[in-house]
Amino acid sequence: MTNATVTRRDFLRVSAIAGGGILLAVYVPSFMRGRALGATSAEPGELNAYIRITPDGIVTIAAKNPEIGQGVKTMLPMIIADELDADWSKVRVEQVGLDTDRYENQWAGGSTATPINWMPLRQVGAAGRAMLVAAAASTWGVDASTCTTQAGVVSHRASGRQLGYGALADKAATMEAPSLKSVPLKDPKDFRIIGTPVHGVDNHAIVTGKPLYGIDVTLPGMVYAVFQKCPVFAGTVKSANLDAVKALPGVKDAFVVEPAPGGALNGLLGGVAIIADGWWAAESARGKLQVVWDEGATAQQSSASFDAQAAAVSKQAPQRSLRSDGNADAALKGAAKVVSADYFYPFIAHATLEPQNCTAHYHDGKLEIWAPSQTPAGGRSLVAKTLGMKESDITVHLTRAGGGFGRRLNNDYMVEAARIARQVNAPVKLLWSREDDIGHDFYRPAGYHYLTGGVDAGGKLVAWKDHFVTFGDPPRYAPSASISDTEFPARFVSNFSLGVSSMPLGVPTGALRAPGSNAIAFVMQSFIDELAHAAGRDPVDFRRDLLADVEDGAAMDAQRMRGVLELVAEKSGWGKQQFPRGTAQGVAFHFSHRGYFAEVVQVTVSRAGLLRVDKVWVAGDIGSEVINPLNAENQAQGAVLDGLSEAFGQEITIERGRAAQSNFNRYPLLRMRDVPPVEVHFLRTSFPPTGLGEPALPPAVAALCNAIYSATGKRVRSLPLSKQDLSWA
Amino acid sequence: MKVSFKVNWTAHTVDVPADMPLLWVLRDVLDLKGTKYGCGIGQCAACTVHIDGRPARSCRRRASTLEGADILTIEALSPDGNHPLQRAWEELDVAQCGYCQAGQLMTAAALLARNPHPTDAEIDTAMSGNICRCNTYLRIREAIHRATGTEATQ
Repeated sequence: MTNATVTRRDFLRVSAIAGGGILLAVYVPSFMRGRALGATSAEPGELNAYIRITPDGIVTIAAKNPEIGQGVKTMLPMIIADELDADWSKVRVEQVGLDTDRYENQWAGGSTATPINWMPLRQVGAAGRAMLVAAAASTWGVDASTCTTQAGVVSHRASGRQLGYGALADKAATMEAPSLKSVPLKDPKDFRIIGTPVHGVDNHAIVTGKPLYGIDVTLPGMVYAVFQKCPVFAGTVKSANLDAVKALPGVKDAFVVEPAPGGALNGLLGGVAIIADGWWAAESARGKLQVVWDEGATAQQSSASFDAQAAAVSKQAPQRSLRSDGNADAALKGAAKVVSADYFYPFIAHATLEPQNCTAHYHDGKLEIWAPSQTPAGGRSLVAKTLGMKESDITVHLTRAGGGFGRRLNNDYMVEAARIARQVNAPVKLLWSREDDIGHDFYRPAGYHYLTGGVDAGGKLVAWKDHFVTFGDPPRYAPSASISDTEFPARFVSNFSLGVSSMPLGVPTGALRAPGSNAIAFVMQSFIDELAHAAGRDPVDFRRDLLADVEDGAAMDAQRMRGVLELVAEKSGWGKQQFPRGTAQGVAFHFSHRGYFAEVVQVTVSRAGLLRVDKVWVAGDIGSEVINPLNAENQAQGAVLDGLSEAFGQEITIERGRAAQSNFNRYPLLRMRDVPPVEVHFLRTSFPPTGLGEPALPPAVAALCNAIYSATGKRVRSLPLSKQDLSWA
Repeated sequence: MKVSFKVNWTAHTVDVPADMPLLWVLRDVLDLKGTKYGCGIGQCAACTVHIDGRPARSCRRRASTLEGADILTIEALSPDGNHPLQRAWEELDVAQCGYCQAGQLMTAAALLARNPHPTDAEIDTAMSGNICRCNTYLRIREAIHRATGTEATQ
């Protein structure tokens, strides 16, 4: 590849490939620049796409982002290929490693891949197409405007001449590159790939058991490691029977790892590494390991103590006021009906089915790492800082990840593998057991909401007070334990107050699929339901009235939410059916990650309290295009079922400073026998397309609980449902 | 201890600890990475293989019990990945992260071997030992129907 100058105007770099073909690279201004990620890119922007067309007609598109099951490895290339008018059957997708000289934002999270990439990838595809057309027109001596393209071929209609992209690639590389800003884009009605069902590019490798994942990485001479950390988070090793462990079959070494200074829960924690010639030998040896731990200052914390503390805090005024509109206290005094309710949601774990793992090789002062990370650049930075290395001496290869859900935004396993590898004279694969994984997660934080709301005689919501008791050392929140001052129904209730109090926490927390929203939607949409019933109003009508237009420039567009609410009511036959007692529908909506979702859940609860979900209807507005409808339906169904799974039985309780659950026998996930049909509808609107990894999840939990109330008269204010008595008479 | 068995029609003799689970024999001794580790206690079934034609959780089968066994893994479910289930899985785009799917396919293949036309209830019974953390269950069920040419009964 040549090192051509990038023009500020175009951000497009075109080069000829030695041996034939054209290479297009496009730079775009960083979508996330200035946000918390702290990006420090060189001008002019991030390299966002990388396309190679070779004389055989094969179009190779680099996949720069981690694939964690969200489908970006297929979806992003579809956008380029459509504007390029490529033949999808000749498109190859190549996973590239971490390369911050070339790429930025090589991470997966926040449902951001679509909004970041939609327009820039269309532009680069269109620019490539324009250059191929120009090459054909020049070859034939005709005007480019008389040429058309389809499926990898340029045609001159008048003369019937045709040339394939492969044949044109060399010449195209010599054509003047068009301006990305002004290159004509397709009319969406002419999309041939976007909006059509496209199969995952790794499907065949997956169903035939090819080694795609981090756990599958194998290197010559590789040894295996387990790392035993203190069950109490951030506890350290006082002593261990290392000599006895070293004498066990297959064990090559065992040593104590000191924690990184500072005691951060998201970095290198103290523990004992056991190195063996196979993972089973290392894991067996762990069974004989005896460690005397210094459990540290948090060994006495427990879920029960958090509950008691929150209850006490709730009786005092909030430590901080986040928002105060009108006068909620006065409005409550004048309200026709007032409802007070305490809500709770528990800590929950990610439980990616592929446990955390990382393979690392330290040699000649350099580190090479293979990791299923959502944030490989962050991982490299953490490794460099912890081990005192230069980032330029660390190479990170990306593997497919067996699930992400936010767990792999943290790179604790990467820094552990790197630290162990530095002490081991061979490539080493660190693999966590499931017990390690559930016992050392960055849990979705638990939370407590103390709510009071009032409706007037006309059934209108006129007052809302929430005292949110969460975790953190004020004014900082524990990771993912915050709330936004625009969280619905803020702005939509004229007398509104939101106060927050925080309790200190010695448990690592972090983002779980639809962070914040996955818990807050349960609380807000359940309490709105309570108020609707108190007002004697239909829950859909009550919500529709609440969604009056609010024009203050905040993120959520009430009109778009009304659209999906009405659509889901129509599709579910809301209010049009008579159900026997014990069967009912519940509704909820939520805005998150730029997506608008309303959902209806229908349940049947037996008199004895046995819950069955009969069906779920989903209406989503993610803009003008659903880029890959085949994967979109899968993502939406998966997210909804993920929400049901969380609500049914997922809970991490803290006892004696540690997680009380350690494997799927006590941390139950949804099984096929409990899976209802999930009918997904997308409402096409005129807005640019947005992401789908997360926003379908949050409403599911509340809609489920609201259905349970209508079926049984029992209001669910605390999760999981497995701890609730749903019986009715 | 030395144990002799067949994996994917090839005879192997391995010298491993008697209590070593088949899962790790496959993955780390025979370098067959298609069979996945998920829990180690027989709860998730990501490690499902066939032993003598029956589905088995390889994380719970010790090497010492495998003398003479005939083992089939995802790598040899079909010669070219063209088992009707594999084709259906691809056509319906079942996988999200894909990690559990080898185990799902091996469980489903064992079901179809003894019941070529299962109902939804029979599918649910056979498949409810397998966790899919991405919750692709609806498509798994649909793909099994597609592979057998049966209609969903729900």
